[in-house]
Amino acid sequence: MSLDKATVARISRLARIATTEEEQERLAGELGGILAWVEQLGEVDTDGVEPMTSVVEMLLKSREDVVSDGGIADDVVRNAPKSAHGFFVVPKVVE
Amino acid sequence: MGITLEGATGTWEYVIGLEVHAQIISNSKLFSGASTEFGSEPNSQVSPVDAGMPGMLPVINLACIEQAVKTGLAINGEINLTSVFDRKNYFYPDLPQGYQISQFKQPVVTGGHIDIELEDGTQKRIGVERLHVEQDAGKSLHDQDPNASYVDLNRSGVGLMEIVSDPDMRSPEEAAAYVRKLRTIVRYAETCDGNMQEGSMRVDANVSVRKAGEEFGTRCEIKNLNSVRYMQRAIEFEAMRQIDVLEAGGKIDQQTRLFDVAKNETRSMRSKEEAHDYRYFPDPDLLPLRFEQAWVDEIAAGMPELPDAKMARFMKEFGLSAYDADVLVAEQENAHFYEHVAEGRDKKLAANWVISELFGQLNKAGKTVEDSPVSAEALGELIDLITDDTISGRIAKDVFADMFESGKAAGVIVEEKGLKQVTDTGAIEAVIDEVMAREPEKLAEYRGGKDKLFGFFIGQVMKASGGKANPKAVNELLKTKLQG
Repeated sequence: MSLDKATVARISRLARIATTEEEQERLAGELGGILAWVEQLGEVDTDGVEPMTSVVEMLLKSREDVVSDGGIADDVVRNAPKSAHGFFVVPKVVE
Repeated sequence: MGITLEGATGTWEYVIGLEVHAQIISNSKLFSGASTEFGSEPNSQVSPVDAGMPGMLPVINLACIEQAVKTGLAINGEINLTSVFDRKNYFYPDLPQGYQISQFKQPVVTGGHIDIELEDGTQKRIGVERLHVEQDAGKSLHDQDPNASYVDLNRSGVGLMEIVSDPDMRSPEEAAAYVRKLRTIVRYAETCDGNMQEGSMRVDANVSVRKAGEEFGTRCEIKNLNSVRYMQRAIEFEAMRQIDVLEAGGKIDQQTRLFDVAKNETRSMRSKEEAHDYRYFPDPDLLPLRFEQAWVDEIAAGMPELPDAKMARFMKEFGLSAYDADVLVAEQENAHFYEHVAEGRDKKLAANWVISELFGQLNKAGKTVEDSPVSAEALGELIDLITDDTISGRIAKDVFADMFESGKAAGVIVEEKGLKQVTDTGAIEAVIDEVMAREPEKLAEYRGGKDKLFGFFIGQVMKASGGKANPKAVNELLKTKLQG
C-alpha cells in the first residue's frame, strides 16, 4: 500500500506533529515502506485462528477497589509548563 | 406515544437515540488507585496513570466491572464473558493519555431493553444496543482566565458506563422518560448515583427527522446534555432546525452539535474537516477481560428488587394504581418509606397519605423523604388513628400539617387539641337538634321535598361539632332526624 502526501498530512495533523511539505514527501515513502513490510503478514493463512493477545497464557491482572494513590497534586503538575492554584493551565480551548 | 411536527411540506416524525454516560460508583478509578470522590482540591486525586505519565500501566479495578455487569443485568442485557478494551484516540487538553481506554468491538454488555411509562399510562419498550466500560476524561474550566483554560484531572480515569439505546424514541418526552427510567434503575442497582448536576450522568442525543414511514434521515449528535429539561429543549430545537433545512431543499450534514442553554439553540461543534477519526485499536497494555458465568450468576443472585418488579408488586399485591405505583418507585427511598408506612395497614390509604400529603408537603418545603420531619412510623400512627375512628380523615389533614410543622406525634396533637372524633350518638343528636332548631325555614323546605338541603345540614352539624363528629354517624342520624 502506498501513501499519498495528503494522507501523511492528515496523519501528521491527527498526531499533532508538524511536518513540512518536503517532509511529507519523504514520509510518504518511508511510511509506505513500513506498511508494505507489515502487509507481508497478510500472506499467512489465519482462517479459524483466534487473535493472539499475549505470548504467555495469563489472565488480565486486576486491583482491589481501594484508594491507594493520589494526594500528590504538586507532583502531578510539576512537569507542566504552566500551572495555577493546582490546575494545569493550557491555551484557551473552547468549542 | 410519538409526537409529530407539522412542517410546510407535511408531517414529520422525531427519531431519537441516546447515549448515556453514567459514572460508576466505586472507591477508586477504573485503572488506578486514585479516589473517585467528587469536589476535592484540583489534581489531588490523580495517580501517574491518570496523568498519562510515560511508562505507567493501567490495572483494572474489577469492582467497576461488577457494577457494569449489575447494570447490564438490570437492563436485561446479555453479559459477554469476554470483552476487549480499545484505545479511542483524540487530542484534547483534559485527556492526558491522548486516548481514552474504551470498549469498541467487544463491549461487556450487548442488547437489552428498558420499558418506559408514557403519559397516557401505556408502556413502551426502548431497545438498548450495548453497554461498555470506559475512562472518564478530566475537566476543563474555561471561565477562570480570559486567555487560558484550567485543567483538573481528578475525574480523569473514573469508570464510566456508556449505555447506547436504539433509535426507538419518537418524542422529546419519550427521551426524557427513558433517561429518568435509566436513572432510577442505576440508582436501585447502586451502580451510579444518577446526579446529573454533578455530571455523574450525561447524555448525548442523536436526533433526526423523517416523514412517517420513510427511512431514517441523517442524524446529528448533541453532546453533553446534563439535565433532562435541557435535553428535551435541545431535541425540540434540533428537530425544528433539521425540518427547516430539509424543507428549504437542503440536506443535513452529520455533525456534532452543542446546545447553548442561554440562546436555546444548537450549533455545530466541529466542522466536517475536523471530523473525528478515533483510530480505535485494542489497547496493548491490557489483556482481554474474561470472567466466569458463575460470577455473573452470583451477581444476579445479589441484585435488589428493581423498579419494574417493585411497581408490579405494588399493583398486584397492594392493589395500587399504575400511576401511584410509578410515583412511589421512582426513587428507592420513597418506595422504602411507603413500604414502611404501609406495613400492616391499608395499602391504598397509606399510598394516598404518602403521595398526596407527605410528598405534597415535602415538595413545598424543598425536602426529600430522607429529611422528612414526619417519619414513616409517625405517619403510620396517624393513619392508625383514622382507621380506628379516633379522628376523621379531614381532621387528620390538620393533624398532619401540625406534625410536619412541630414534629410532634399524632396522638399527642389529637390529645392536646381535643380533636378526638365524637362517635357518641347522644352527643351528635344533641348537635343535630341544635342545628334543626336554628334553621326552621331550611328544615321546612327540606321536608317539603328539597332533598339537596341534606348537604347543607351535614355541613352545619360538622361545623357545630368543630369537625369532630364522625361523618358516618352524622349521616345516619341526620337522615332519621330530618324526616321527623
